[in-house]
Amino acid sequence: MSSSLSTAVPPNRDVLTGDAPLAPAPVRNRDTWRRALRRDWQLYTLAILPVVFLLLFRYVPMLGNVIAFRRFRPGGSIFGEEWAGFYYVQRFIQDAKFWEVFQNTVIIGGLSLLIVFPLPIILALMLNEVRVRWFKKAIQTVSYLPHFMSVVIVASFVYELTSLDGTINAIIRAVGGDPISFMQRADWFRTIYISSEVWQTVGWGTILYLAALTTIDEQLYEAARIDGANRWKQTWHVTLPGIRPTMMVLLILNIGQFMAVGFEKIFLLYNPLTYQTADVISTYIYRVGLQSGQLSYATAIGLFEALIGLALVLSANTISRRLTGSSLW
Amino acid sequence: MVTTTELDPVQQTPDLAKVRSTTTTVKATAGYRVFTWFNIVALTVVGALTLYPFLNLAARAFSSEAAIRGGEVFAWPVGFNTTTLQSVVSQEMFWINYRNTVVYTVLATAIAMVLTTTFAYVLSKKHLKGRTFLVGLALFTMFFTGGLIPNYVLISALGFKNTIWAIVLPQAISVFNLLVMKSFFENFPTELEEAAAIDGLSTYGIFLRIVLPLSKAVIATMILFYAVAFWNSWFQAFLYMDNPSMYPVTVFLRNIIAGATGTGEGLSDIAVQVGANVKAVTTLLTVLPIVCLYPFIQKYFVSGVMLGSVKG
Repeated sequence: MSSSLSTAVPPNRDVLTGDAPLAPAPVRNRDTWRRALRRDWQLYTLAILPVVFLLLFRYVPMLGNVIAFRRFRPGGSIFGEEWAGFYYVQRFIQDAKFWEVFQNTVIIGGLSLLIVFPLPIILALMLNEVRVRWFKKAIQTVSYLPHFMSVVIVASFVYELTSLDGTINAIIRAVGGDPISFMQRADWFRTIYISSEVWQTVGWGTILYLAALTTIDEQLYEAARIDGANRWKQTWHVTLPGIRPTMMVLLILNIGQFMAVGFEKIFLLYNPLTYQTADVISTYIYRVGLQSGQLSYATAIGLFEALIGLALVLSANTISRRLTGSSLW
Repeated sequence: MVTTTELDPVQQTPDLAKVRSTTTTVKATAGYRVFTWFNIVALTVVGALTLYPFLNLAARAFSSEAAIRGGEVFAWPVGFNTTTLQSVVSQEMFWINYRNTVVYTVLATAIAMVLTTTFAYVLSKKHLKGRTFLVGLALFTMFFTGGLIPNYVLISALGFKNTIWAIVLPQAISVFNLLVMKSFFENFPTELEEAAAIDGLSTYGIFLRIVLPLSKAVIATMILFYAVAFWNSWFQAFLYMDNPSMYPVTVFLRNIIAGATGTGEGLSDIAVQVGANVKAVTTLLTVLPIVCLYPFIQKYFVSGVMLGSVKG
């Protein structure tokens, strides 16, 4: 994701736009819209199609969330027919099933943050200690590969490896255990999901850290060595502070995605036998909305999820700016 | 003098495979030597675990059904045969869906590139009045979206269901790609554009004849970003297409997996038992183009990710 992932970006800059935030615009009284339009009308015309795209495919659905508070009739207005107040919100708050999928979402999101987020940092630090160029390059090349795979392919791999005739059960049999039908067992779902996430994302996740590591001044290591720091202390006092801005920005982005746990992958991997642990808010929305046709009800849940996501990313950003000085905006 | 090399992000990408110089001032301790060996072993295991599913897939694709059912197939085929490959390859629907994937990918990438490139160019002009608002309009969509149901309602209301537009239009601008291109254009040498303006070129002329030809490298990177994403996508098609002859190959594969495990939602009617090696062969044929192209496209992806992050 874009941001001040390197120390090259000066502090107190809006890293997403590259502008100084809150800096008063240069006072140019005569730079009116009329003047700007006359000067830059060709630039504005180039922006028309993209803006129409954003308004139609991004902002209209955003406004479409209003059907969470309105009765929706299929084939009728996409903004619903008449106001229903908080009827649908009340319904999901009283829906025990909703709280079950909410809990599953929080657990899977939490596990992702706890396990999937730190692993690229560890792998990047390990790669950073390699002194043989061809070996480092080979491991990098191999570990990036899963990133390019469709989630359908990943699901296919998961089914293949966990099936009764698959490799994992072969290992279990070899050490004398009984084969497990993993995909039918609710108690295995989280392990399988997190493992597949690790497999697909950890290698690719090292890139930004490795990039940040190349910006660390070699002289800092030299100075630490002269001060008597061993490798471990060099890592702790030079390397980790060097990649901290990257870590913070990626952490914020990850927290923002906390509630939006991989819908597509869960959808491909779960089944009624594993709903108990696998069913998350987004999959519940799919079933309630598109399979049972309760569109307003599903939208109310979706809006709730999106607002939590927005609140999470805003608060993570604020906390990070206060504590570490690095933030998305 | 501006050369194209200077404008090539791939050339400018820091070398991530670069290794730090070995210690010269302090002699490596015994503990560090042990760590180095442990590190090499651990990384080798990581590499092997990453590659194993691919090897297992290829092995299953060419093994006999009996050997797979017996749990004997690991990284090498057992009972080598190509009958499953031949039967999958002779399926007409598989190739129809494969062709759909190609068509959807090409068209969606083309639309996405036109919208992303023009918008990124506009947003890169710092003097432009209203620029902050336009950047904000795009950025906000990264953090708040309409959600599944309102999007579904919109696409249905537009009459896009069971048409190619449901796949190629709604995903056209990726804000991340937009920001990568924007930061590239921001670093474009202004002297070139100013000189072209003095020579009487309009903004359109500058964009088409000066900026785009000198941005080939970043455009190639963006095309790859979009193309791989569209090639891999399946959910849009799954959601909006009812006719199997319009599916992309990812949905074809998804239905085979779902059918074979008997857990496919809304698919119980075609939940036939599919042989384990049929799944493997179909997966292999879907994954093959990406794996074959991967060695050549990898560096563009790495440079694109870093272009988006370093400059901001």
